[in-house]
Amino acid sequence: MTRAAQGKAAGRSPAEIFAASAPASQVARRATDRGFLALCLAFTSLAVVILAVLLFTVWRDGHERLTWGFLDSFASRKPAEAGVKAPLWGSIWVCAICALAALPIGVGTAIYLEEFARRSRLTSFIKLNISNLAGVPSIVYGILGLTAFARLFGTVSADDPITIGDPEGLLYLRLPFGNGVLAGGLTLTLVVLPIVIVSSQEALRSVPRSLRAGALALGATPWQTTWRITLPASIPMIMTGAILAMSRAIGEAAPILVLGVPLFIRSTPTNLMSDFTVLPLQIFNWAGRPQAGFHELAAAGILVLLAVLLAFNAVAVVIRHRLQKAS
Amino acid sequence: MKQEHAAVSAAARAAADASRRGALRSRAARDGAERVIRCALFGCALLSIASTFTILAILLWQSATFFSMPEVSLADFLTGTTWSPLLGAEKQFGIWPLVAGTMLVTAIAAAFALPVGLVAAVYLSEYAPRRVRTALKPVLEVLAGIPTVVYGFFALTVITPFLHDRISEGFGTYNALGAGIAVGIMILPIVASLSEDALRAVPRSLRDAAYAMGSTRFDVSTKVVVPAALSGIMASWLLAITRAIGETMIVALAAGNLARMTVDPRAEVQTMTAYMVQIFLGDAPATGIEYRSSFAVATVLFAITLGLTVVGNLVLRAFREEYD
Repeated sequence: MTRAAQGKAAGRSPAEIFAASAPASQVARRATDRGFLALCLAFTSLAVVILAVLLFTVWRDGHERLTWGFLDSFASRKPAEAGVKAPLWGSIWVCAICALAALPIGVGTAIYLEEFARRSRLTSFIKLNISNLAGVPSIVYGILGLTAFARLFGTVSADDPITIGDPEGLLYLRLPFGNGVLAGGLTLTLVVLPIVIVSSQEALRSVPRSLRAGALALGATPWQTTWRITLPASIPMIMTGAILAMSRAIGEAAPILVLGVPLFIRSTPTNLMSDFTVLPLQIFNWAGRPQAGFHELAAAGILVLLAVLLAFNAVAVVIRHRLQKAS
Repeated sequence: MKQEHAAVSAAARAAADASRRGALRSRAARDGAERVIRCALFGCALLSIASTFTILAILLWQSATFFSMPEVSLADFLTGTTWSPLLGAEKQFGIWPLVAGTMLVTAIAAAFALPVGLVAAVYLSEYAPRRVRTALKPVLEVLAGIPTVVYGFFALTVITPFLHDRISEGFGTYNALGAGIAVGIMILPIVASLSEDALRAVPRSLRDAAYAMGSTRFDVSTKVVVPAALSGIMASWLLAITRAIGETMIVALAAGNLARMTVDPRAEVQTMTAYMVQIFLGDAPATGIEYRSSFAVATVLFAITLGLTVVGNLVLRAFREEYD
């Protein structure tokens, strides 16, 4: 890089900086520096304080409610009897569906873009489009899920659905999906797909070129190279990104709300078409009520949600650790 | 072309020979499988484009249905300053109160998070000792990972009571400032960690040169590193603002449901997203005018956030400084 370019990059050249700051005395400049450091410390500790106050408040309001009965009972009009059984299982189902759909599609897209795609207008359009999708508000994805999955674009009437199998059994399918767990999981898939794609792309990009070149030189096809060399080498990073995406999915309430899931559910999902609700939505429901009893329930629900998130992140750390050791 | 064809048929013949001799996999079969896999991967990539176009199609189609209703006109929607979709006979659909509510909450969030986030990023990248950095990074990650409904609860139970008791009695249960601060807390880690990435990408040599001239850390940070990383910082700001505009659960819990044009931070306001929540939670019939109006609001929201994302990408590209 030329000196002129450096000067441009910094706004001005080092000599100019020196000239500009020369009139101020050494003492004054030191004082400014120390003052700014104080500002830095104040602002940064603000973040720590906020986190501490938030966790403290939630714990203070919610920990007394956090019993086994809370995890094992359904929603109720009486705060004393209410629990999170339905939303907890709903979140687990929806998150599992989301992972099963988002991982193959997201990683597949990343592999295509990083390993196979030639430089073309279409490729750069796909890349631009993914970065734009990441900025779409999640409630808009809810509208997409409502129209595409819950109603199948209105092609099949909800009053006269096409059904396969026994409504009580595990293998029950119904078109349109309505507001069942499948519609919820697929909607969340759309929300987290950009995250999975971008993090997988970064993971694939971090694999050294020489590994690929070695495999190709031995006569492996591009797919064999990807499947046996590149992908295994990038799996720890991909899994980290995937768990980040799942953490996002399990905390999303807005897209599920748009699907129109019922507020009171006294059952856990039994198949892909079952009614469900999710933890964040139940928390939203409780937090929005004026009575203090429901606020305590909301706080206890938040503790459960944060515990699930903590477990996810612990799993991510363990996976990363193990795979790094193995390779 | 001809040569290629010849090569392919030669390969096919070789493959046929090989399979007659009992080779495990012929080259033709391998190439065929390769092509199938390639197509499947391409299909995955096309899915993201399909979802964009489906969103566009749904929003435009539903908005067109809404505007074709006799009670509404596109001109009133885009210029009107009264939003009263639930008032029986006097329904009025002017989008500006919802946009104003969104902008007020976003402005409050930005006024809090953009400076605080940038200063925190400068501290982490330029000042903090390594041990402090490794302790602070997880705090930001935890803040970034907390679901937004939790911040909504925080706004209702901590921020708003604090404002009411300590600042002014004028703050009701629902107010723009409490919601705005909560949204600001939500976007703070985005600004801090993305800006820090941008600051750290500035090469050491620039800093060393400035230090060699006798600069203090403050001089180096504000006159060399921040200007050099400006494109990344601005991109992080734009992304954070986009998130704030699209944020739903915090404002639905803490900002209220009163669509009006005001800049008073104590006032109850309704944002675009909060209106959509109100409609989708309620029992408005799916063919009714209120229900359809939420799709028109969603179209405006989508247009604003997409516009900001595109601008963010342009900023990153236009002002990027390339270092080796």
